[in-house]
Amino acid sequence: MNALVVLLTLPLGGALAAVAFPAGVARGAALAAAAGTVAAALAVASEVAAGAPPRIALGGWPPPLGIALAADGLSAALLVTTAAVMAAVLLAARHTMAAGLAGPRIAFGFWPLALMLWAALNAVFVSRDLFNLYVGIELLSLAAVGLVAIGGKPEALAAAMRYMLFALAGSLLYLAGVALIYAAHGALDIDLLASRRPSGTDALALALMTAGLTAKTALFPFHVWLPPAHAGAPAPASAMLSALVPKASFVILLRLWTEALPDEASPAALTLIGALGVAAVVWGSLGALAQSRVKLIVAYSTVAQIGYLFAVFPLLPLAQAAWSGVIFLALSHALAKAAMFLAVGQWMAAAGGDRLEELRGLAQAMPMSAFAFALAAVTLAGLPPSGGFLGKYMVMTAAFTAGQWVWALPMALGGLLAAAYLYRPLAALFAREGASVAAPSRARQAVPLALAGGGIALGLASAEPLALLANGQPPIQAVVR
Amino acid sequence: MTALTLYALTGAALIGLGLYGLIAARHLLRRIVAFNLLGSGLFLYLGAAGARGDGPDPVPQALIITGIVVALSASALAVGLLVAGARLSGRATLPEEAE
Repeated sequence: MNALVVLLTLPLGGALAAVAFPAGVARGAALAAAAGTVAAALAVASEVAAGAPPRIALGGWPPPLGIALAADGLSAALLVTTAAVMAAVLLAARHTMAAGLAGPRIAFGFWPLALMLWAALNAVFVSRDLFNLYVGIELLSLAAVGLVAIGGKPEALAAAMRYMLFALAGSLLYLAGVALIYAAHGALDIDLLASRRPSGTDALALALMTAGLTAKTALFPFHVWLPPAHAGAPAPASAMLSALVPKASFVILLRLWTEALPDEASPAALTLIGALGVAAVVWGSLGALAQSRVKLIVAYSTVAQIGYLFAVFPLLPLAQAAWSGVIFLALSHALAKAAMFLAVGQWMAAAGGDRLEELRGLAQAMPMSAFAFALAAVTLAGLPPSGGFLGKYMVMTAAFTAGQWVWALPMALGGLLAAAYLYRPLAALFAREGASVAAPSRARQAVPLALAGGGIALGLASAEPLALLANGQPPIQAVVR
Repeated sequence: MTALTLYALTGAALIGLGLYGLIAARHLLRRIVAFNLLGSGLFLYLGAAGARGDGPDPVPQALIITGIVVALSASALAVGLLVAGARLSGRATLPEEAE
């Protein structure tokens, strides 16, 4: 069977099995589905790397009537990163989301929601049809809202509701853009749209889709729902929500602006998106500096890191390196942020809370998860040799090549701010006070460490991922208008 | 004015009403209804403006059917959240918007 089909059907099948079977069998079925999905992601990536990217027309109907699924280098990189993060999250959840520790409600709901989220992410990464992408991000939002609400506390429900309203409004704005595109061109396939005859409504359609997707990605000023939602969920859920979910709507935006409608990317619009990205870097970092709970610090850091992804937009039509750079930033953020939330989850379980003073000296009891947090901080601050550094380096090179050095500033400034807001949790962790807590086993501490190590490895062994990304990289619009 | 134009304009009017309700309403049930109004307006617009050639066009109809299923699931989840939240907190508004 085609690996693309497995990527979509296996996690959904696992989610159904996790609902239908009694608790013990359910978790086993979920983990088996997860293992199969990881294998399928690797299979797709190896096909792309071998120069034979998989592509299928669903039901044998080619576009514009049918829907095409295809993987390129960008899809493959995201599929593999998602598989790594999900594998780590589910391994960590095997212990912490068990009925004895988390209660029967979470133990029942976590597995189907996590697998549904995974299926939705994979669907978004391989869909070539704008409407199928809509269904994908909607399924993703439903699973993500469920994960935010899973604890059942009043604050979590309010955070989930606020998230839901933003997500629903965002989806409908996106759908309005899709309707305009279909009305003008009679096609929704990204490749067909790339060779369309431009229509007067395309700019409005792109604006509507961008507004909707930025609300779902939590770009400043649509970020207000993110910190309470991401900080309110249980740690493994937060790891998925913060590391992976924003990447889906971001990837759709990236494909819209560079693959489907690159001719509508006016400098003024790109500058506006870039400026919002810079505002997000500053605002998210200042927000993180003001928090005293480490989970909120990490959640506000996501607002700032999402800002980077958009601050690169003005460079996309000008220099090749900007495109690979922004994807490196997205991938290394996914690995580092998941590592951080998983580490924080272990500390909260041991210390009973996530206020900075409660974490003092925890590094002595849990050296491995503390080291994981520190390595992830290196990636987020963009220090060498991490993947975050390499991403920023490529973006800054692109900025100087294009003669637009202004867009190099947020990369440098954001790194300084990240170092500032991550210093406080690190200082508390490594304080010289013995905290006597029951630490989790070394094997469990190794899970976040492996993810954080992945973020560093992305910078050390960058040749392979760069070669993978080059498959199907959209050409730049070399004209500086 | 053809029937299709009338449908498209009605859809546009529903979109406007729904958008207003989604932003201006405080009560969460009103917002969920507004979301459905907005969605219905969009589907009507898509069906009318997206129709090509003579007779029914299957692609927009398939899109609308899928969209209705998605909107129904989203509404069900939103109402579920609203009921669970209202049971715990005793109000049907977001905490920061409570009068």
